[in-house]
This record gives sequence, structure tokens and C-alpha cells, in this order.
Amino acid sequence: MIEKEAAEKITDTMVKFIDYTGKCLPDDVRGKLDELSRQETIPLAKIIYDTMMKNQKLAIDLDRPSCQDTGAIQFFIKCGAKFPYIGELPALLKDATMRATKAAPLRHNCVETFDEYNTGKNVGTDIPSIFWDIIPDTDKLDINTYMAGGGCSLPGKAMVLMPGEGYEGVTKFVLDQMTTYGLNACPPLLVGVGIGTSVEVAAVLSKKALMRPLGSHNKNARAAEMEKLLEEGINKIGLGPQGLMGKNSVMGVHIENAARHPSVIGVAVNVGCWSHRRGHIVFDRELNYVIDSHSGVNF
Amino acid sequence: MDKKILTTPIQAEDLEDINVGDIIYLNGYITTCRDVAHRRLIEEKRDLPIDIRGGAILHAGPIIRTLDEDKYEMVSVGPTTSMRMEKFEEEFIKKTGVRLIVGKGGMGKGTMAGCQKYKALHVVFPAGCAVVAAKCVEYIESAKWKDLGMPETLWTCKVKEFGPLIVSIDTHGRNLFEENKIIYDKRKDEAYKEICKHVSFIK
Ligand code: SF4
Repeated sequence: MIEKEAAEKITDTMVKFIDYTGKCLPDDVRGKLDELSRQETIPLAKIIYDTMMKNQKLAIDLDRPSCQDTGAIQFFIKCGAKFPYIGELPALLKDATMRATKAAPLRHNCVETFDEYNTGKNVGTDIPSIFWDIIPDTDKLDINTYMAGGGCSLPGKAMVLMPGEGYEGVTKFVLDQMTTYGLNACPPLLVGVGIGTSVEVAAVLSKKALMRPLGSHNKNARAAEMEKLLEEGINKIGLGPQGLMGKNSVMGVHIENAARHPSVIGVAVNVGCWSHRRGHIVFDRELNYVIDSHSGVNF
Repeated sequence: MDKKILTTPIQAEDLEDINVGDIIYLNGYITTCRDVAHRRLIEEKRDLPIDIRGGAILHAGPIIRTLDEDKYEMVSVGPTTSMRMEKFEEEFIKKTGVRLIVGKGGMGKGTMAGCQKYKALHVVFPAGCAVVAAKCVEYIESAKWKDLGMPETLWTCKVKEFGPLIVSIDTHGRNLFEENKIIYDKRKDEAYKEICKHVSFIK
């Protein structure tokens, strides 16, 4: 494929995909919300769930963003070292974000820091954010798109614990964040926990944890056990939809971990709100693509 | 149970038998009003450009489509975190005579005092349900303080059965979020103790 043509194909697909993810939640989130709403017994919480469902239907029928906060756009990329257009990607994704902003329309959510003005285009210095993993020996491009809303970004927190505080300390760190900031981040939440050495390692992992499909588990048996314990524990707090009390609090808890320096445990927490607008698309070198987060996408 | 619907202008008596946890709806007018508008009224002592006595405000920054000069369409609107306005809200209620404050999450002591003294409610519209909210807007009546940009402009909207609105602070001195927080904290401590029995991986 001629390079210009290829660039246009990726950009065009991404414009449509970003636009679409602002209007339709991924299959796993829709399924989970449905399950949680059916388990709900408190009348007030039931009414909130009903309103949420009605909203998602209206968003599709009227072709409008389902939440007015369409976030700052973020991309989590696993790019094969042999993917032919690797070098063009940053420029393409910026362009796609700008064009999706007009097409959707998305809210203007990019404020240049220090100069403190809104660029009005959803692009600016390092926005959209791109997080790279380069995968040796493949030629595929794997992208998770995410709309990072203000409300759900606010509870994010990272710190470094001493080993003496142990995984008990990690537990306390996560739970405390739920009853203070989590409450206002539009529960039921998806909770991402990152564990490693220093704060930036833990923070990036905690966000990558939110890119995992619901129902997936950490491959380490103890970590998977801790995911389950935290999920059950936080659910028992019963934050309910909108933090107004209900049977559950979360759609899931995902932990991502790295090895650590013996003297420290770096931990971070990040949350996704009920309107968890994640999309997953994989291109091959011919630029055929597969979307597995949303069934029935048609553009 | 019948739908409880308030209509602007709202009288103090209309709020008497409404309690935290109740669900209500609004007919009439509501004006978006957030950070800078609060600051202008309280800190800079400027008058609001519209009269909201007996009326309703919405802590929100909407997505608006301009149709024509002075003609607008509400595309998407949802509440923003009310707590940011806490520091101004008691004084705001006193000065403006507003009766209904719609937002997201709870508010604090000042707002509780304001609601009790001057008879007003803080209510929550389920956040993230921006299309439901936009559909309740019949038309946009006026746009004031447009110099503040789209999110901060005071958009006065004619609404029909705007809701569901969950009462978080009533006129009787109760605050749903504060009461819930006590319960959440207790349950959190229990959850912590339970989880700790299983995670002593460092031995
Ligand atoms: S937290 Fe999520 S659902 Fe709630 S207002 Fe923000 S983006 Fe929308």
C-alpha cells in the first residue's frame, strides 16, 4: 500500500472508532452493568441503573456521546516492531483525535498547563497520551483506546510502601481510596491496581489493568486471589451506583504487577467509571482490522 | 407512588415534606451555574445576570450546538462534582434565593446550613446519563456571561420532568452522603480485617 493511502486508512478507521466508543460501551461493560442491575435490591439504586440503561440506548439512537465528559484521549499500544507504519503512528493518532473531536462531537478537554488555555481540539502537548509497548518479531498493531474522564481520573493515587506494610498495606491503600474519592467517581467502578518498585511503574500498571477485559484474571494465582478478595471486600462496602448505596460497588478489580526492589512496594490505584469507554482494535500489516471490544461495529 | 414534580418558581412550602433519598423531577427553568459564576457572585460581588429566585441551578458544563445567532441546541449535559462549589454555596443560596441545586456527589456543612436556613435542596442527577438529561431540555431560553466559554456560560433551559433527581440534602438538616459515609467507613474496616487474613504473602 502506498504510504499516504495507508496513513489515511488508519486515521479514518481510528476517527470512526474513537467517535463510536464515546457513544457505545464495550460488550463486557454492558454485560456487567446488566448483571449488577439485576442483582440490585434497593429501589433507589434500581432507578439509577434504569436511567443508565435508558441513557445508553438514547445515545445510540440519537448518535450522541453518552456522557458529556468524553475525557482526555489515551492510547495503549502494543506495536509489533515489524508493523510497517510504526513511525507514522503518533502523528496519525493526533490527527484522528482532532478529527473525532469534530465528528462526534467530543467535549474540548485539553488545557495546556501553565499557559492555561483550552486548545479546543483535544490535542496539545502529549495529548492524546500514547503508552508504547514494542513487541519484537510481530507485524501487528494492537490499540486500546480510552476516554479518561475528569471524575474517574481524580481518585488516581500512587505511593511507595515499606515492605513491613506488606500486602495488608496495599489493601488499606486501595480501600481508603474507595470510600473517599471512589464514591464520587461514578460507581460501579473498575478498579486497577499496579504493584512494582517506584510510583511511575505502579501507576502505568494500574492503568494498564483497566485495559484488561472484565472477567480476566491476573496469571499469578496469589494476585488473582487478591483481585477476588478486593472485589468482594469493596462490594461489601456497597457504594452502589453513583455512590448512593447499593448491593455492589465495582465491576471488577484488576491487578497488574512487576517485580520489586527488596526494600519497597510501589503501589498505585486508578479507577474507571461505569461509563468505561475502552475500545480494542488490532490491525495487521495489510491494515485489515478486528475489533473485539464491541460486537456489531459497522463503519 | 406518584411522581413528585416540582415546578419553578418553587415555594418554601413545596420542600417541606421532601426528605433525603426521595426522588423528584423538575418542570420549568434551570440554569447551568458552576465555578466561575459562583466566584463572580460571591468574591467579586457581581449580580447574576438572571433572576433565579425560586429557581434551580445545575452544576454542569454542557455540550451545546449553535444553530443560529442566539439559537442553541443542548447536545449533552451532565452534572459535575458539586463539592467544588461548597465554599460558596451557603452565601449563594442566601443571595439568590435559589431553591434547587442539582449536581453530582455530596456537599458539605455550609450547603446544609444554607438549605435549612433559606429552604433549598441539593439533589443529584445520575452522572454519565448526559443524553437522558439533554432530552429533558425543551429549549434553551437564554445564554448569559458567554465570555466564560461554553462550559461556564449560564445556560437557562426550559425543562420537562428533568430527573430523576435524588435528594442528597433536605431542608431538615439531613445529608445523605454524610450519613452513608459513616456506614461505608464501618464496612470498609470490616472488609480490611477480612482481606488481611489472606494476604500475608511476605513472611
Ligand atoms: S466519572 Fe465517568 S460517567 Fe461520571 S461524569 Fe465522569 S466520565 Fe462521566
